[in-house]
Amino acid sequence: MSEDVLQSYRFRAEREAGWRQLEKLVVRVERHGLASLSGEEQFQIPLLYRGCVSSLSVARSLSLDASLLRFLESLARRAYFVVYGSRARISSLILEFLVRDFPAAVRRIGWSAGLAGIILLLGVFTGWAATLVDSAWFEAFVSRGMAGPRTPEASYEDLSAILFNKDGSMGDYAAFSSALFTHNAQVAVLCVALGALLGVPVVMLMFYNGTLLGAMLAVHTAKGLGVEFTAWLLIHGVTELTAIILAGGCGFYLAGAVISPGRSSRLRALAERGRTAGILAVGVVAMLVIAGLLEGFGRQLINDTGTRFSVAGVTFALWYSYFVFAGRVRWDWQKTVHRLGAGRKPEGAS
Amino acid sequence: MKLPGFLREPLVLDEDESAWRMMQSPEGVSLRLKLAGHAERLVALIFDLLIMNLAVILVVLIAVSLLAVRADYALVASLYLLLTFFLRMGYFLGFELRWRGQTPGKKIMGICVVDREGHALTPMALVARNLMREVEVFIPLSFLFAWQGVDMYFGLLSLSWFCVFLGMPLFNRDRLRFGDMVAGTWVVSNDRRWLQEDLTALPRSKSRDKHKFTDAELDVYGISELQVLEKLLRRPDSSRKEDAVREVCFRIREKIGWEEEVEPEEFLQDYYRELRAHLERYVLFGDRREDKQTMSKRARTTTLKMTE
Repeated sequence: MSEDVLQSYRFRAEREAGWRQLEKLVVRVERHGLASLSGEEQFQIPLLYRGCVSSLSVARSLSLDASLLRFLESLARRAYFVVYGSRARISSLILEFLVRDFPAAVRRIGWSAGLAGIILLLGVFTGWAATLVDSAWFEAFVSRGMAGPRTPEASYEDLSAILFNKDGSMGDYAAFSSALFTHNAQVAVLCVALGALLGVPVVMLMFYNGTLLGAMLAVHTAKGLGVEFTAWLLIHGVTELTAIILAGGCGFYLAGAVISPGRSSRLRALAERGRTAGILAVGVVAMLVIAGLLEGFGRQLINDTGTRFSVAGVTFALWYSYFVFAGRVRWDWQKTVHRLGAGRKPEGAS
Repeated sequence: MKLPGFLREPLVLDEDESAWRMMQSPEGVSLRLKLAGHAERLVALIFDLLIMNLAVILVVLIAVSLLAVRADYALVASLYLLLTFFLRMGYFLGFELRWRGQTPGKKIMGICVVDREGHALTPMALVARNLMREVEVFIPLSFLFAWQGVDMYFGLLSLSWFCVFLGMPLFNRDRLRFGDMVAGTWVVSNDRRWLQEDLTALPRSKSRDKHKFTDAELDVYGISELQVLEKLLRRPDSSRKEDAVREVCFRIREKIGWEEEVEPEEFLQDYYRELRAHLERYVLFGDRREDKQTMSKRARTTTLKMTE
């Protein structure tokens, strides 16, 4: 060993080129994404990263140069994010989401969604029965602004004029659709998010929305418009109520993680279930977009009770067979995605 | 005489020990992560909100000017609502997906979102994380603006809601906001460090190695002091640095009893080099001498043993 060169200095001199090379690549990925690297460089990054990590562990036990240690810590961390970061492509993500993740997530929260549905139905029944017994209850369930002319005092003609609307431009429908969607999406997001607060607000939200429906139903049945109202509601309601029930169920699912986390810690249980919640939230919002379109356009354009019922029936069959059957078959999904051309095969060294 | 402020602070490798977390890499080496500061995150959020709102205003202006001919107010209003909803979700989600856990605001502040267990960030975790922001920030905020002055209690309620969620990172050890808890993520600093020259390899003056130190002269300091010295020598040249160099040189000479006059900077460079070689030799044998207190304790016990 030559007298005046430190071991830590020689260590550094031997490895420095690799670190600099890795840093150059990492900076490029950070700026322009992984796609900016050539095939050979993509091949190199994991090797250089491993070299850097091993340098770090040697440096920790060898070198007292604080600046060198800091540099290696930071380089290893950044390279780690590049090497182990998510590198999924959006197109294959969407495909996987639709075919596998969303229906699987729905099945996973089955019981919680059932609970949410039961609470909603309880709300409907309460609102319906109370309003039928004493129409003064209507005021308690439905705000004046929302009810509009649809009060217990309204006549048969008033009500059916609303159910079967005959005029209106496409612009109105679009505005109506997006306003409905925004409102529903916020309710759904609230449902999911409030779940983590022990689920109490979710019970309230589900029940309240149920009573609202029930009270409206009562007003219409009292005038002999029950069937027509149901058709008017279900043409989009099949989609919308399913989405709301899923959102509520998702809230309960999260609440379950907080109330009884099982063997893992609350925070960890919440984090695990949070991913399912994320999948469901995206799906629910997508469903609400469809519901908004059905409500804004479909309901206004189709003014026949029978047709409305058949649209409702078809959407019901589609959604529930999707949830029950989609994505159950186990096959090598990645391979199929590649075959369909949605994913990109990793490039070998060129 | 007092040491300048930047040298008086206790110098370990990092400034705020409580902010560091260990993460085991699959290679079995623990990587250290530093949690992002509260202020950094707040500023990043403000940046993001600014950028986002500018975008919304721009798009709505374009939409209004396009549709003005038809003067369909309801359509424009609902388009605006729809747009803000999707933009709020899309902005954070899109950027965090594409830029590996960073939004423009986070990029400016040098922080990023990562998985708490060290796995790859899943898109669904990012969705969950950003969905919660809707509840934490935007919904109470919109209540606050929508019903301002109409119902004081409601306003107060949403204000306190807002404060509780916004203050959440202050009340837990890992500085998690609500969305981080649900998504299993945390926000860490991703600053870039540059590789500096090794001080022992700096181009030396001709007088290099003029000073030779004995083991006894080197045994008075530990690693912590060595790194203070490194910090000092790495500072860019300035009159402040010269003062500090003179002062530190004076103290070291006093401590080790160095009689002859020296050129301060050269003396310190030589001392640094020799001290580092000396301490690294010990480290190789598994003997980390952290600072001068442990050194003097060790010195006492050895003298005791020798006298026995």
